[in-house]
Amino acid sequence: MDTQYAFLPRNALDQLLDALRKAGFDRLVGPIARDGAIVYDTLTSAAQLPHGYRDEQAPGRYRLHQADSGRCFSWANGTQTLKPLTFAPQEVLWHCERDAEGCLRFKNPTVNHSPTAVIGVRACDLVALRLQERHFLGGRFHDPHYGARRESLFLLAVHCTHPAKTCFCASTGDGPKAAIGFDIALSELDEGFILEAGSLRGGELIRTLALDDATERQRELAKTEIETAALQQSRSLPSQNLREALYARLEDRHWDKIGMRCLSCGNCTAVCPTCFCHAEHSVPTLDGTQTTHQRQWDSCFTAVHSYMGHFLVREETRLRYRQWLSHKLASWHDQYGRSGCVGCGRCITWCPSGIDLTAEVAALTRQETSHV
Amino acid sequence: MYNPDLPLEVRVVDKIRETPSIFTLHLEFTDPDIDLEYRCQPGQYNMLYLYGVGEVPISIVSDPEHRGPLEHTIRSVGRVTRGLDRLRVGERIGLRGPYGRGWPIREAEGRDVVIVTGGLGCAPVVSMIRYVLRRRERFGRLVIMQGVKHTDELIWRKQYEQWQRLPNTQVLLSSDISGPNWPFSVGKVTVLFNQARLNTRKSIVMLCGPEMMMKASIERLLALDMPPEAIWLSIERNMQCGINHCGHCQVGPHFVCQDGPVFHYPELAPWLGVTGF
Ligand code: SF4
Ligand code: SF4
Repeated sequence: MDTQYAFLPRNALDQLLDALRKAGFDRLVGPIARDGAIVYDTLTSAAQLPHGYRDEQAPGRYRLHQADSGRCFSWANGTQTLKPLTFAPQEVLWHCERDAEGCLRFKNPTVNHSPTAVIGVRACDLVALRLQERHFLGGRFHDPHYGARRESLFLLAVHCTHPAKTCFCASTGDGPKAAIGFDIALSELDEGFILEAGSLRGGELIRTLALDDATERQRELAKTEIETAALQQSRSLPSQNLREALYARLEDRHWDKIGMRCLSCGNCTAVCPTCFCHAEHSVPTLDGTQTTHQRQWDSCFTAVHSYMGHFLVREETRLRYRQWLSHKLASWHDQYGRSGCVGCGRCITWCPSGIDLTAEVAALTRQETSHV
Repeated sequence: MYNPDLPLEVRVVDKIRETPSIFTLHLEFTDPDIDLEYRCQPGQYNMLYLYGVGEVPISIVSDPEHRGPLEHTIRSVGRVTRGLDRLRVGERIGLRGPYGRGWPIREAEGRDVVIVTGGLGCAPVVSMIRYVLRRRERFGRLVIMQGVKHTDELIWRKQYEQWQRLPNTQVLLSSDISGPNWPFSVGKVTVLFNQARLNTRKSIVMLCGPEMMMKASIERLLALDMPPEAIWLSIERNMQCGINHCGHCQVGPHFVCQDGPVFHYPELAPWLGVTGF
C-alpha cells in the first residue's frame, strides 16, 4: 500500500468524526481535559478535545496547564491507556445456573461491543497493545473476551510532539512516532492535521474525506517535530535488553532500598499499558440460583497475588518490586521476545513515592553486582 | 464463541476420606460424550469449580488411560477446598482441563523410575506410580521415597505397603519425627538415598513436595552423580486461569500453569528455592 498523506484543515476535524460515525463507529472515544487530567471519554465533537492544554509530569507529579496554543494534542499520555478498552478492568468470563436438582449449566456471556473509534492513541500504547495481543491472543489459548473487544476498535493515532519529562519511548524504540497497529495516524500542525493510513480501512476512510495531499513543507515540519520530540526526552533505559543485567542482580542490595520506598500500592501496574495480571472471582446472586465468574485487574504488588494457601511467595515489598521490574524488563524477553516496557513513563508519574524505574535500573546496573 | 475458561459439569460419584483434612473425589462428566473424549497425562491437573465459590487447580491422581472416574486428592486448606470437602456423592461441580505439562513418560520408558516426595505433596506423582505399575514391563525398577514430618501425615500407607511387596519395586519411607508403630526410617527424605539402590546411569527421577525438600534432595542426588538432565520436578503456584493468562503462577520466565507444573530440572534450576520467585 502506497502511503498517502492527506491534509485535514483544523476546522474540518468534525468532518473526520462524522466520517467515522458514517463508517459505523457508533462510539467515539478521545482525550478530554477533566478534573485536572487528560482522560479518555466519549467524544461527540472536536470542540471537546483538550485545546491548548499542556501537561507537566515528573516522578509522583502530574499537572495540567492552559497554554497559548490552538493545538489539541500538545501533551503526553495521562493515566489512561488503551488497555481498558481491550483488557477490561472487569470482564465476565461465564455464567452458571444451578437448578433445584443441583445441576449446573455453564453459559458464555453475551458479547456485543459497539464498534468504537479511538482518537489520539500514542505510539507507546500501540506497541503495548501489540504486546497484550501477543499475551491474550497469540498463545495456545485464544482469549475470546479480549479478542472481541480488540476487533471492535478502530485506532487513530497521533504522533507525539510534546513528550513529558517522564517519557523514554525513544530509548525503548517504541516512539514517539506511531509505527504499528493504527488505522490512521495524525500529525498535528498549527494549521491542521496530516492523515496517513496504516490499514486498508484507514485508507478508505481517508478517501471518503476527499482531502488535498499534504504539502512537502507540511510533511517536513511534522517530521521535524517528531524528531525533536525524540531528542527532548531526558530519561532512558541503558539497553533494550536488560535480561542478563537484571538476572545477574536479583540478589542486589539495591532491591532492599527500593523496597523501603515502595508502598506496594499497585499504581504502577494499574497505569502500565502492558501489565496483564488479573484475578478471577465468582459472584453469586442473592437467591443462589446463578453465579457470574469474572476477572478483574490484579497487581503483583498485592499480597494475595502470590497466595499459596499456607504462605505467600512474596511477603516483602522488595520482592514484589523485584518481581514487577524483573518480569517487565527481563523475563518478558523469555516469554515474548522483547522487553515489556514501552517507555510511556506512566509508572513514574503515578507512583506516589516517585519511584522511577529508569533511575532504579541505572542504580542497579551502574555498580558491579553486589550480593547481600 | 470458543471459551477456554468455560467449565464442564461433573458429578461426584465417590468420595474417600484419606485423613481428617484430605479427601479424594471421584468425578464423572455428566455428558457421556465428553467422558469418552477426555484425555490426560500423569502429572497434569484440572481446575475444579465449586458452585458460587470459585476454582482451584487440583492434580489428577487416576491413571490417564484407565477408563473410569477422574480422581482428585484434595487437602482442605482454602475457601474452595474446604467447600469441596463438604460435597456429597451425587453433587455436581465444574471442571476444566486437563492443563499443563505432565511427567515425561516417553523419556521414562526403559529406565528406572525414582520417585521422591515429601510431606503431603505426593498427589502429583501418584498417577505416575500407577501408570508405571499398570505397564510394568515398559519400565525398569521403581523406587519410591516418601518423607513426612510426622508419622500421622502419611496417607495411603496401605497402598505404600502394597507397592512394597511388588517385584522390582522399592518403597522407602521416613519421618522427621518418629512415632508409635513406625517401622520405617527417621529423618529427612534424603536419609533414604543411601538405602535406595540407585543406578544413576539408567534412572529418571521425579520429585514433588516442598521446594526446599526438593532442592535438598536434588543436591544430594547430584552429589551421588545423578545427571541433572535425569531430574524432573512438579511445583505449585497460585493459579487462577490455568491457561497462561492471569499471571499469578510465574516463576522467573516460566508460567507454571502451562510450562509446568512438571519441569525439567535444568530449566528450573536458577529459580528453585530463590525467595520471591
Ligand atoms: S513499565 Fe512504566 S514506563 Fe514501562 S510501559 Fe509500563 S508504565 Fe510505561
Ligand atoms: S513502585 Fe510506586 S506505584 Fe508501584 S507499588 Fe511501589 S509505590 Fe506504588
